[in-house]
Amino acid sequence: MKKTIIIAALAFAVSSGAAFAQQPQLPQVAPEKVTEAVRATFSKAPAEWRQRVELDETQRICTDKRNQVSAQEAEAIQKRESQNVVFPKDGNLLGDWKKGFQVANVGTGGQFSDKPGGRVGGNCYACHEMAPSEVSYGTLGPSLKGYGKLKEYSQEAMREAWRKIYNSQAVFACSNMPRFGSKKILSEEQMKDVMAYLFSKDSPVNKE
Amino acid sequence: MPEISMSGLRRSLAAAAVVAGAIWALPIHAQTDAEKEIERYRAMISDPMANPGFLGVDRGEALWSEKRGKNNVSLETCDLGEGPGKLEGAYAKLPRYFKDADKVMDLEQRLLWCMEKIQALDTAPIIARKFGNDARTSDMEDLVVFIANKSNGMKIQPQLAHPKEQESAAIGREIFFRRAGQFDFSCATCHAEPGKRIRLQGLPDLSVPGKQAQETMGSWPTYRVSQSQVRTMQHRLYDCFRQQRWPALDYAADGATAIHLFLNIQAASGEITVPSIKR
Repeated sequence: MKKTIIIAALAFAVSSGAAFAQQPQLPQVAPEKVTEAVRATFSKAPAEWRQRVELDETQRICTDKRNQVSAQEAEAIQKRESQNVVFPKDGNLLGDWKKGFQVANVGTGGQFSDKPGGRVGGNCYACHEMAPSEVSYGTLGPSLKGYGKLKEYSQEAMREAWRKIYNSQAVFACSNMPRFGSKKILSEEQMKDVMAYLFSKDSPVNKE
Repeated sequence: MPEISMSGLRRSLAAAAVVAGAIWALPIHAQTDAEKEIERYRAMISDPMANPGFLGVDRGEALWSEKRGKNNVSLETCDLGEGPGKLEGAYAKLPRYFKDADKVMDLEQRLLWCMEKIQALDTAPIIARKFGNDARTSDMEDLVVFIANKSNGMKIQPQLAHPKEQESAAIGREIFFRRAGQFDFSCATCHAEPGKRIRLQGLPDLSVPGKQAQETMGSWPTYRVSQSQVRTMQHRLYDCFRQQRWPALDYAADGATAIHLFLNIQAASGEITVPSIKR
């Protein structure tokens, strides 16, 4: 058993070493030391901004595990983050799809360069394909083309999508997607509008 | 008349830069045509007469030999790691450890150190215009592009012999993967998978050593057509963190140097061709 591991490790070292010969082994750095270095790197920002380089529990584990968490860790993250998901009091998940397009299309908000009171968007198109008519889309996230139609406009799928938008970590531990609701990036109304963009039968997302 | 031809030049440069930037996002069968475009683009940027970034190189050369500061001396005795005044190949080995300062420094940090120690120059007004704009140029951007250009044709050689270099690179790696801010973004959110793009912009995978990291790090400093300015890695990182929804990066911070060194490890042996031209 031990022998097999050693041979496998050697084989890995040889194969990975072939293309880039001197890939150095870097030392481990204690998390406190990294935090100290990060604080020193953003030391001149306003206090409210400096706070943003500090990690919450979910950011900490996703950082330490490079997003590759165990099943047990994933369950703990999803359980914790689920507690932060809030459904609309009026029970209505769908707003105005036309406004939802704006939310999906606008990329400003949350940057130190943004003017106070300026437009805040979800920037969905940066990472997702949505309406087939919009060709300028990113590929970091899965395609959402025809999303509502594919989900047969079901209530269950709508509730699941609300959870993903409100707090992606409640559904996929260490998801790359921001927690739009829990982190107060988008308002409830904006999230309803995006939901309508995904789920309305009239939305270009669901048109061929 | 020169203004008209300049804006025309900018437009064609912008088009070429967009083509080059989108290459990673293209499906494999489209790459042959795209590669031809890249070749055309490379030929164009290798011509100093067609790349406005070389104006910065010229300004940087003048600044390097200009007597300034209380000591009324030039920067020509500044040691960038290869010996006092030696510019050839210096950038290829930066960031690196400097014994006199007892720390790892990138080119910006080292230049500021030399300005203070050798010239006794007040660096506050220099830092105040760290990034050039339409109204004024930046001494720092001009000096960096001048010095980096002296490593053209050479390979990126990350320096890791000193323990402080190893520690800096390790911290850079940790910052690269750190998920923080209102959006939970890290550098790796956008730069840890091959073939991804944001909107139509191709994103290099910098999480592993390889060609994409080599091409990225070997092409900074660059002339950014959309900003009409020469930009250095310092500005690239500042702008990445801005979009990452992190706070404004301190200028010439040790953390930026750490990330630069980590990225140079991913880019080791990549060829330096600067200033390049980008979108």
